[in-house]
Amino acid sequence: MATLTLLQSAFDILLGAALLWLAWRALNCPDLFKAIVLFVAFGLLMALAWVRLEAPDVALAEAAIGAGLTGALLMAALARLRAMTPDEEDSAKRLPLRWLPLAALLLVATGLSYVVLTLPPEAAGLGAEVATHLNSSGVDNPVTAVLLNFRGYDTLLEMVVLLLALLGVWSLGGPPLRRKAAPGPVLDTLARLLAPLLILVAAYLLWVGGHAPGGAFQAGSVLAAAAVLLLLAGWRLPVALTALPLRLTLVAGPGIFVALAVGTLLLEGQLLQYPPAQAGVLILLLEAVATLSIGVTLAALFLGGHPQNDNNDQNNKEQR
Amino acid sequence: MNTAVPYALVGVGLFALGFYALIVHAHLLRKILALNVMGSGVFLLLVALARRSGVALPDVVPQAMVITGIVVAISATALALTLMLRLAAASGRAELPDGRED
Repeated sequence: MATLTLLQSAFDILLGAALLWLAWRALNCPDLFKAIVLFVAFGLLMALAWVRLEAPDVALAEAAIGAGLTGALLMAALARLRAMTPDEEDSAKRLPLRWLPLAALLLVATGLSYVVLTLPPEAAGLGAEVATHLNSSGVDNPVTAVLLNFRGYDTLLEMVVLLLALLGVWSLGGPPLRRKAAPGPVLDTLARLLAPLLILVAAYLLWVGGHAPGGAFQAGSVLAAAAVLLLLAGWRLPVALTALPLRLTLVAGPGIFVALAVGTLLLEGQLLQYPPAQAGVLILLLEAVATLSIGVTLAALFLGGHPQNDNNDQNNKEQR
Repeated sequence: MNTAVPYALVGVGLFALGFYALIVHAHLLRKILALNVMGSGVFLLLVALARRSGVALPDVVPQAMVITGIVVAISATALALTLMLRLAAASGRAELPDGRED
């Protein structure tokens, strides 16, 4: 037992040091491409840290969103940036240490560390409260209960944030990402093999979220990963689906959330207060629609501009 | 005590590293990376401190908040990257003027 504890402490120290080192390297690496790769590695180690902190739901979200999709977004942006400004080197100049910000930052870090170290070692928190009311929430996974029942309005507003970000990207963005060369046979085969599997994994994560780590956000991001893989392999949304059907899918998640909020406000008297008997079914319905919307929104964020622009000037060349 | 305090301190360290990089780097892609690292630091601090609940199970409310935060972070990152690309298209460079002559 003592050996195990010792091993775990050693692992914690190693992981903490690796996180700090990777973050430092990712932020100061002269080559931007390397910096992004290091950042993705940092995200994966963060997922390990979440597991060590007994937060498997956060670990799943971090691995899929924080490391995977953020990395894909950064890479796509870097590719476009290099195509746009080919002569600009990626600020490869070595920065000298700037003493004034460094001193200020050391002061901030020392102050924050002092606060962390002087906090009382125990704080009640809301864990007991959640455990007491878990029975009436309709699900067995406490994180899902908090996300979709107890603090459902947070999640409602989060869906709106996601949609607003996409609206911003669509209003600002140029034409969406496109690749000149046809994908190689490896990428093509891989996409064909992995996409159905990823969709299956998304469905499983959605279903399992009711009683074990998983849920709408994790499932949605895995769905988005499948879409990103297909987009990279040259697949494009059929033209017929890019106008109204796409927009309807995007707003379905926030839409059903708002509908439920209004419904519960009228029937139960409180925003998002589900009747305990139907709570499980309502949450599953909500999560299923939200998963689809989250997946499509994240994939659209990766694509950049509105897919209609792409299809218009390409005359359906890439349709298959 | 357990693992809460060491991970909280790593979170503080990540926040400080990210903040320093946010100040000193001129390239906007690096500033976006720095903001993401700062965010990870805050998330780590939140979840690590949630382990001080004294009972066997950690407090799940901060964990749910962090999942929300991760999704908001990727939304903000996507929007920031698009703004950066627009700036690069308009001005030819993805950097903020440094303010110094060098």
